[in-house]
Amino acid sequence: MSSLLDKQFNDENIVITKVDDLLNWARLSSLWQVSFGLACCAIEMMATSASHYDFDRFGVIPRPSPRQSDVIIISGTVTLKMATRIKRLYEQMPDPKYVISMGSCSNCGGPYWEHGYHVLKGVDRVIPVDVYVPGCPPRPEALLEGLLKLQEKIRNESLVKKS
Amino acid sequence: MKTTEEIFTILKNNFGDAILELVTSQPVEHFIKVNPIEINKVCLFLRENEELLFDSLMNLSGVDDANGQKSADEDGTQIISGGTLSVFYHLESTKLRHKLTLKVSTNREKPEVASVESTWRHADWHEREAYDLLGIIFLNHPDLRRILMPYDWDAGYPLRKDYKNPEFYQGMKVPY
Repeated sequence: MSSLLDKQFNDENIVITKVDDLLNWARLSSLWQVSFGLACCAIEMMATSASHYDFDRFGVIPRPSPRQSDVIIISGTVTLKMATRIKRLYEQMPDPKYVISMGSCSNCGGPYWEHGYHVLKGVDRVIPVDVYVPGCPPRPEALLEGLLKLQEKIRNESLVKKS
Repeated sequence: MKTTEEIFTILKNNFGDAILELVTSQPVEHFIKVNPIEINKVCLFLRENEELLFDSLMNLSGVDDANGQKSADEDGTQIISGGTLSVFYHLESTKLRHKLTLKVSTNREKPEVASVESTWRHADWHEREAYDLLGIIFLNHPDLRRILMPYDWDAGYPLRKDYKNPEFYQGMKVPY
C-alpha cells in the first residue's frame, strides 16, 4: 500500500483521505516507547535507538513516562518480582497502547524455561502482546522488523467496530 | 604475607576451640573451619591484627551441603532432613597481599551463623543473599530480609536442594 506522502500534491492544496487512514498514519508514525529496559535485549534496543539503526526515523523515541507513551518494548528476562511492576507500568499507559515482546526470555522464558524459579515464562502471562520478536537477543534489524509489523497492525485498525 | 597454615596457628592460639580444623585434603585452596557462632569475633581479629589485616571480604557465599537424610514425599519430591548448610568467606588483605578462606557449617534445621556485617560493611548484602536463597539466619544482622526474591515470597529458599517451586505467585503461573 502506498502511503499518503507518496501521492503527488501538484494540482490542488487539498488532500482527500479517509479519517481512519489519516488517524492511523498519524499514530503509527510517532510511536513513543516507554523508556524501559530489562536485560541484554535492552542493550540491543539501545543500539537500535542509536544513530546507526536510528529508531527515530520511524518516530520512535524513548519517553520516560508511561503516561505519555504508546508502546512498551519488553526487552529482557521478566522475573516474577518485575512482572508485577511491568503490569503496573502497562496499566499506567493510556489507550491505545501496544506491547512488543523482545527476545526469547519475554516470549516464553527463554533459557530459564525449566529451572528459572524466579522467571515468568512469557510476559503474555501478565499483559497482552501485539508483536513477538524472536532472538536471543534479537539483532536491531529484527527489532525494526517487529516495529514495522506493529505499524502494519495499526495501519489496518479502524474506528468503526467490525461486526 | 602469611600462608593458611600460619594463620591457622595464630587463630588456634587466640581462639582455641572456636577454630575447628584446617582442611587441606580437598583439591581447592586450603581453608579453615570455624564455629558459626564465633565467626564474627574471629573475623574482627583477622581484620584488626597487625600481622593479618584482612581489610576486604571478597566474597561470602552460602552452600547447601545436602548431606542429610534423603527421603521422598508421596508425590516424589525430595525431602532432606538433618545435615548442614555452610557459608564460605573469601578474605583478602590488600595491604599484606595474602588471602584466606574460612568455612562455617551450621545445622540445617536451625541454621544460625553470627553476622560479620559489623566487620565488613559489604557483608550486609552478601548475607542477605545467603538468607534469601538458602535460609541461613545471620545473628545480629541489622536488616535481614530478602534481597533478590520478592519480599512476600513464601515458597521457601530456592537454592536448597529439596526446594519445590510453587504453582502460582500472585496469580501468575510459575512453571513453564
